[in-house]
Amino acid sequence: MDFALSEEQQMIRKTVRDFAEKEIRPIAREIDTTGQFPWEIIRKMGNLGLMGLPIPEEYGGSGADTISYALAVEEISRVSGSIGITLAAHTSLGLYPIYRFGTEEQKRKYLPHLASGQGLAAFGLTEPEAGSDAAAIKTTAVLDGDHWVINGQKIFITSGSIADVVIIAAVTDKSAGTRGISSFIVEKGTPGFRPGRDEEKMGLKGSVTSQLFFEDCRVPKENLLGEPGEGYKQFLITLDGGRISIGAMAIGLAQGAFEAAVKYSKERVQFGQPIARFQAIQWMIADMATEIDAARLLVYRAAWLKDKGVRFTREAAMAKLYASEAAERACFKAIQIHGGYGYMKEYDVERIYRDNRLTTIGEGTSEIQRLVIARQVLGEI
Amino acid sequence: MKIVVLIKQVPDTTEVKLDPRTGTLIREGVPSIINPEDKNALEEALKLKEQMGAQVIVLSMGPPQAEDALREALAMGADEAILLTDRAFAGADTWATATTLGLALKKIGDFDLVLAGRQAIDGDTAQVGPQVAEYLKIPQITYVRELVVEDGKVRAKRAIEDGYEEIEAKLPALLTITKEANTPRYPHAGAIMNAYRERKVTFWGVKDVDANPEQVGLQGSPTQVKRSFSPPPKEPGQIIKSGPAEAAKELVAILRQKNII
Ligand SMILES: Cc1cc2nc3c(=O)[nH]c(=O)nc-3n(C[C@H](O)[C@H](O)[C@@H](O)COP(=O)(O)OP(=O)(O)OC[C@H]3O[C@@H](n4cnc5c(N)ncnc54)[C@H](O)[C@@H]3O)c2cc1C
Ligand SMILES: Cc1cc2nc3c(=O)[nH]c(=O)nc-3n(C[C@H](O)[C@H](O)[C@H](O)COP(=O)(O)OP(=O)(O)OC[C@H]3O[C@@H](n4cnc5c(N)ncnc54)[C@H](O)[C@@H]3O)c2cc1C
Repeated sequence: MDFALSEEQQMIRKTVRDFAEKEIRPIAREIDTTGQFPWEIIRKMGNLGLMGLPIPEEYGGSGADTISYALAVEEISRVSGSIGITLAAHTSLGLYPIYRFGTEEQKRKYLPHLASGQGLAAFGLTEPEAGSDAAAIKTTAVLDGDHWVINGQKIFITSGSIADVVIIAAVTDKSAGTRGISSFIVEKGTPGFRPGRDEEKMGLKGSVTSQLFFEDCRVPKENLLGEPGEGYKQFLITLDGGRISIGAMAIGLAQGAFEAAVKYSKERVQFGQPIARFQAIQWMIADMATEIDAARLLVYRAAWLKDKGVRFTREAAMAKLYASEAAERACFKAIQIHGGYGYMKEYDVERIYRDNRLTTIGEGTSEIQRLVIARQVLGEI
Repeated sequence: MKIVVLIKQVPDTTEVKLDPRTGTLIREGVPSIINPEDKNALEEALKLKEQMGAQVIVLSMGPPQAEDALREALAMGADEAILLTDRAFAGADTWATATTLGLALKKIGDFDLVLAGRQAIDGDTAQVGPQVAEYLKIPQITYVRELVVEDGKVRAKRAIEDGYEEIEAKLPALLTITKEANTPRYPHAGAIMNAYRERKVTFWGVKDVDANPEQVGLQGSPTQVKRSFSPPPKEPGQIIKSGPAEAAKELVAILRQKNII
């Protein structure tokens, strides 16, 4: 067993941290306040190969492993959750299904543009009546000659209205249950495909979360992703990988809150001494440090398993569940340590707390993670 | 054109902590980085490579771990990397360091330009660049923040206390680059992968550069560090909290009292 990061993983982390500190830190608060999407940062990240980390070079990616990718999401999220989720959704949910399930032509057509960050990719699964119960989607796709005709609605889609490409799940054979779901690659501007409003959110305000409408939207037959009827299996596999990135995002947010709390506890003087001298504060800091480390190990292990090519469904669910909830506790404590100042927008911990709230919900709620883990542990009962 | 960039790996802190007992640097737990101004020197070299085509070689003397700094330079775009590492090089002062680097430069041969950082953030002497130039008997321009290469010459803007000098020198020449010169690029993630998977760092020892052991390392060092100590921490400043008019008065009184005005 070896807990050390490889040299290239360390250099990726160092480079991304450096980039996040110099380029993202100065605008992190601003994008939270204005809700402006940080296109300039995304372009710069694209130029540095950060928008296609785990995609092989032959498809325009950087050829990095999943651990390096998780490190990048973590380091970006440490400074901005909004950019962290944009990177995570683009890579794990947008690019990955094309890379994993796409035909050679689809990969050649879409990946170089998207993996180099010239355009964003999104993943549309959730619908008004199908969230945790994702198999209950109502969007349909019917084959008509050389085209699939798609009708339905998606909600809460990260980067949905600004993405060049959206991977969506739709029912192609109602009688076949979960085997009657298929995935499609839909390009921005396809007639009949229209983004609705972008949501106003509690946090992650510098990321875009959209409604998408499909009204007799005709996509070419060859835009079916992989085989018909494989959609359900595909999105479960996609979400397994996505959970690693949400776990990484949670660690990054928690780490940011933790560092702010440590610094503040040494500076803030009450009763004639820095509050870090009070054992009550020390215990909070010790718990934060321990839980963030435990979360990190779970997330890196899941990433490591993915790179090994073995099944990691259970480990990814554990990592996502634990990291998001540990981050919730860490963010809570970071505000507690800041006292009233922590409740004010002037301090980053306020934003981090709001940003992290998503991590126990997106890509499967904590309850769904527990359900996945329990099923893996108990089997059919 | 062949450009050699001198790179030193340094601890990532401007506050080098010393072990009060032994007087040596405490390096544990401090990550190592490329000396910041050496990155500026490398960036200048890479810009020249893009503008007019050049082979960029990065050269460092240091312990085997300094390989990481060279890999990073490869990821940024350097073509070749050479690490001078040998027990016999250890304990070098600036002169022995410059001698070793000079010997390696002779071995590399027919270079047009040598770029160094202005100053290392740990040793802080700013001597190595000039000493290498002296050793090689080539022209040197220090504190450079802008440079142009043309017709076998380099023209550089050099910062001096109250302005600039423009200096022209025949190639080959050595320039030391300041942080104002540019903003170093970040390495591309794919290039980081390749820097480890596909590129190589060449290691040279005493024999490879035909050094006489007496010229290098501790033996070749005319100066030796007798004692290192941290300066006493600065006392906290005094903050005058009253309103502007009051504060001005108080400030003047204090300055008078200290015989400053
Ligand atoms: C705390 C400390 C105190 C020291 N005190 C003394 C002293 O009093 N007298 C003395 O003679 N020596 C001293 N040394 C040792 C000596 O300075 C270093 O060994 C020498 O390698 C580099 O000098 P510098 O760090 O000042 O570099 P600088 O001269 O400040 O570096 C300028 C540039 O030269 C190049 N360069 C420097 N070192 C290397 C290298 N190893 N490989 C490649 N390029 C390089 C880089 O481009 C760098 O930006 C000291 C070292 C330390 C860490
Ligand atoms: C900011 C943001 C970005 C998002 N990005 C995307 C995206 O890019 N693509 C996409 O497709 N979706 C996206 N989503 C949607 C997200 O995946 C869903 O919100 C999530 O899966 C939960 O679904 P729901 O909101 O419908 O909640 P519901 O499923 O209605 O859940 C409500 C509550 O019931 C609980 N619950 C439900 N079923 C069970 C059960 N069987 N056992 C126990 N408890 C249960 C849940 O845990 C939860 O507490 C995003 C959401 C947000 C907030």
